[in-house]
Amino acid sequence: MEQFTGRVWVLGDDIDTDIIIPTEYLALKTIEDMKQYGFSPLRPELAGQIKPGDIIVAGKNFGCGSSREQAPEVIKALGIRCIIAKSFARIFFRNSINNGLLLIEQPKLSDDVKEGDIVTVTVNRDVDYNGEKYPIASLPDNLVEILNAGGLVKAMRRKNGLA
Amino acid sequence: MGMTIAEKIIALAAGVPEVKAGDIHTVNLDRMMSNDGTTHLTVDMYHNKLKHPHIADTKKMVFIVDHNVPSDSPKTAASQKKMRNFAREHGIDFWEGKGVCHQIMMEHYVRPGELIFGADSHTCTYGALGAFGTGVGCTDLLYGMVTGTSWVLVPETLKFNLTGRLPEGVYPRDLMLTIIGTIGANGANYQVMEFTGDGAKTLSVNDRMVLCNLAVEAGAKTAIFEADETAMEYLKARGREPKAVFRSDADAVYAAEYTFDLSKIVPVAARPDFVDDVVPAEEVCGTHIDEAFLGSCNNGRIDELRVGAAVLKGRKVADHVRFLVVPASQEVYLQALEEGLISIFMESGAIVMNPNCSVCWGSCQGVIGENEVLISTGTRNFKGRAGHPSSRVYLASAATVAASAVKGEICTADMLQERI
Amino acid sequence: MGQTVIEKIIARNIGAASVKPGDIVTAKVDRVMLDDIMIPFIVDKFKEMGFPKVWDPDKVVLIYDHLVPASQQDDVRHYRIGDAFTEQYGIKNLHRSDGICHQLMTEAGYVKPGDVVFGTDSHTTTYGCVGAFSTGIGYTEMASILGTGTLWVKVPETIRVQIDGTLPAGVMSKDVILRLIGDLGADGATYQCLEFCGTAVEQMTVASRTTMANMAIEAGAKCAVFTPDEKTAEYCGIELDAFQKNLKGDEDAVYAKKLFYQAEDFVPVMACPSQVDKIRNVSDLEGTVIDQVFIGSCTNGRLEDLQAAAEVLRGRKVADFVKLIVTPASRKVYEDAARLGVLRTLAEAGAVITHPGCGLCCGRTGGILSDGERVVATNNRNFLGRMGTSKVEIYLASPAVAAACAAAGKIVASL
Repeated sequence: MEQFTGRVWVLGDDIDTDIIIPTEYLALKTIEDMKQYGFSPLRPELAGQIKPGDIIVAGKNFGCGSSREQAPEVIKALGIRCIIAKSFARIFFRNSINNGLLLIEQPKLSDDVKEGDIVTVTVNRDVDYNGEKYPIASLPDNLVEILNAGGLVKAMRRKNGLA
Repeated sequence: MGMTIAEKIIALAAGVPEVKAGDIHTVNLDRMMSNDGTTHLTVDMYHNKLKHPHIADTKKMVFIVDHNVPSDSPKTAASQKKMRNFAREHGIDFWEGKGVCHQIMMEHYVRPGELIFGADSHTCTYGALGAFGTGVGCTDLLYGMVTGTSWVLVPETLKFNLTGRLPEGVYPRDLMLTIIGTIGANGANYQVMEFTGDGAKTLSVNDRMVLCNLAVEAGAKTAIFEADETAMEYLKARGREPKAVFRSDADAVYAAEYTFDLSKIVPVAARPDFVDDVVPAEEVCGTHIDEAFLGSCNNGRIDELRVGAAVLKGRKVADHVRFLVVPASQEVYLQALEEGLISIFMESGAIVMNPNCSVCWGSCQGVIGENEVLISTGTRNFKGRAGHPSSRVYLASAATVAASAVKGEICTADMLQERI
Repeated sequence: MGQTVIEKIIARNIGAASVKPGDIVTAKVDRVMLDDIMIPFIVDKFKEMGFPKVWDPDKVVLIYDHLVPASQQDDVRHYRIGDAFTEQYGIKNLHRSDGICHQLMTEAGYVKPGDVVFGTDSHTTTYGCVGAFSTGIGYTEMASILGTGTLWVKVPETIRVQIDGTLPAGVMSKDVILRLIGDLGADGATYQCLEFCGTAVEQMTVASRTTMANMAIEAGAKCAVFTPDEKTAEYCGIELDAFQKNLKGDEDAVYAKKLFYQAEDFVPVMACPSQVDKIRNVSDLEGTVIDQVFIGSCTNGRLEDLQAAAEVLRGRKVADFVKLIVTPASRKVYEDAARLGVLRTLAEAGAVITHPGCGLCCGRTGGILSDGERVVATNNRNFLGRMGTSKVEIYLASPAVAAACAAAGKIVASL
């Protein structure tokens, strides 16, 4: 079963898409151009501090607001391995899966964990924090298919007979 | 020895009986205008550079927010806030979103015989009412604000005898571009362009504004018309009295004289990237355009909107063209609403913006992108002025701009083939 | 067993007798809306996916609105990519400067009752105002719809919101939806459908319903629906067929929740900085000094909104040093408001009237603010940093309240 360990950044409830990537930067040409502005309204320094493999832990309704897919793409480009939140907004959820960014719903972890702590995720089973196991649910089959293909673009390429 | 209008205005402001070109005089300023292009810098200097900051006479000051309206970034918002707070704190007349600064000044402040400084190069517009208006930097403006005075080097005057009458379909803008094309972008450096003659009499205050406004594009310090009955009517309609009405003496000294026969003027265009690269509009017809702009302190008044609407009525803007229509002031906008012009523009597919400087200064709404071509009634066509450094700007009359918007390429109004 | 409105729409779309919440189905898409911000990304993904053509060009609508007029040089890149894409794939429905996407989709007749519609903007929930199932998606899913004409959806549960009675004078549908979002919370309807009914809802204009459907997303909802009626038919320029007439929740339909409101109980409210669900009565906020007012957006930029503002401002002036920015939702709204003298009244009061578009609501231009400034706005979001720096305070309100605040220079419920 897939397992990984990462350092935690803790964010609160209702982290909206304007916080994740403000509209001002949405028309920049590439996600690489945009990623330095990730989370800038809330924590301007955060984008520069995130290291590949880090994990975001947040409260409820993560990703609420706009349908901008730049939001999960920017988070992924910053190197975030997965987001563990109490709940996710609907469009953000779909967009993340479609880009191969793993989202995990866990009702309690964000209350306990502190920024900079280390957690270990065992996909579809639990999150280990200081030896305590926080259970997590598995995803529906149709989403697992997209994730397994490496995102929706790759799934469609396969459907169209492309590598 | 006789004096020109400009010399008489300076003499009055300096409190001396006579001045001549080349003299340096200390003058009392009648009015100072500053817009959101630079006021925040003036305010910063006021607070940081002065030992005893004060304002000589707040009633002489006018602050106008027109360049970035509505604000398009936190940075411009902060600049405007600084300006707004300063105006509020000192009781300075403050206009925001009501129109381009020079249009507001003409509608509400300028009086014949006044000497006015504006922190904007097109302050020369006010000569249309027989005032001496000239552009200054924000340091000069600050000095004027603190002392109520400034120094001026009395400029030489060039006399432009205008004869005849403009043919139908030819506009003051064609005339002024032709004059600039003839004398060159430095043809009036540090001089006053005085317009006179029978032809000048045929021009309305609006027309005169078009001429004076562009004088700086020939390098002039300012331009001026005698405040005749046409000017007085304009003034009276707005409840203002002149400070002084001057005409040039018969024996006044001019550095040079030019004569332009208005009846010989044809529709012209200034090609990128120089205002004095003027050719008959026919020569550039067929040039593909991406955007067209009808507006600015030069050409965004009711007269030009009427001309543009007459061309647009019953027609559609070409699919690929963004046609920006920007009234020069709220007063102009209301008049255009009343006359149904705004509806004509909207039905044609134009983008009708709130009164502001728009693409004329190239750093707010309406900017053009890489390799794009704009045909404009704005003031300048310098490289990169309207947006991307690789973009190009043609200047032409409202009629030519409107016709080009319909055709999708540069074209004069009488060449528009499509029948309504 | 009975069905909710959204269940009826989805069942018919997939050719099933019925569906139930939680079912994952593949919907056949009736219409898609693409906007200017997202078009470069949509085109990239579409090409990467390797589709030879767009499944049905007539069902595709591309609208430039966030970036109109261009405020940055690179904005025109989006127009160019969009123009080239529509030309290459034979897409005829292109609006370059006609107003906000969500206003145009119903106003220009692209959406009809019972349709299934997706758009690359979260406020695509708007089209529920005419009884369509519509919701926002990302650009990757849009690219896959362009190739396949289908999208998987999970049938949502439905929350029924019944509002009976008559709204008091000075209270608009904006006050109703803000109150509801406050009661539900910003995630209170996540992945659910809000189904509106009751005599107060029946009395509402399509425009008022549009405001409410538009903001459903702010409670996390997947969509919102109103039962189509004669007003809907007139607005859409159609006769309702039997299916459309039957788009009401059945007596024995299963709801996740049923909420009841009495219209007379509503009062003017505001969403306070910086959460849409932070709702207070305007009377509790009175006296708060403001710097700017914005009337516009797909939420509240329609004719009736401008009329409500004009009614308040007739013969009055915007307070000194306060800016009032009015951005009509569409070219048609602008033209109607010009013809009816509404723009004249607003301009005489001192409003800055801009060309129709997203304007300030999307935070790129149209009246951006700076640190410490406060704005009352009629749009749908007051998130941190949405209209300038993160030190700008955004209060969301109805057009009538916003207009009163503009004249007073501070927060007031009425003048």
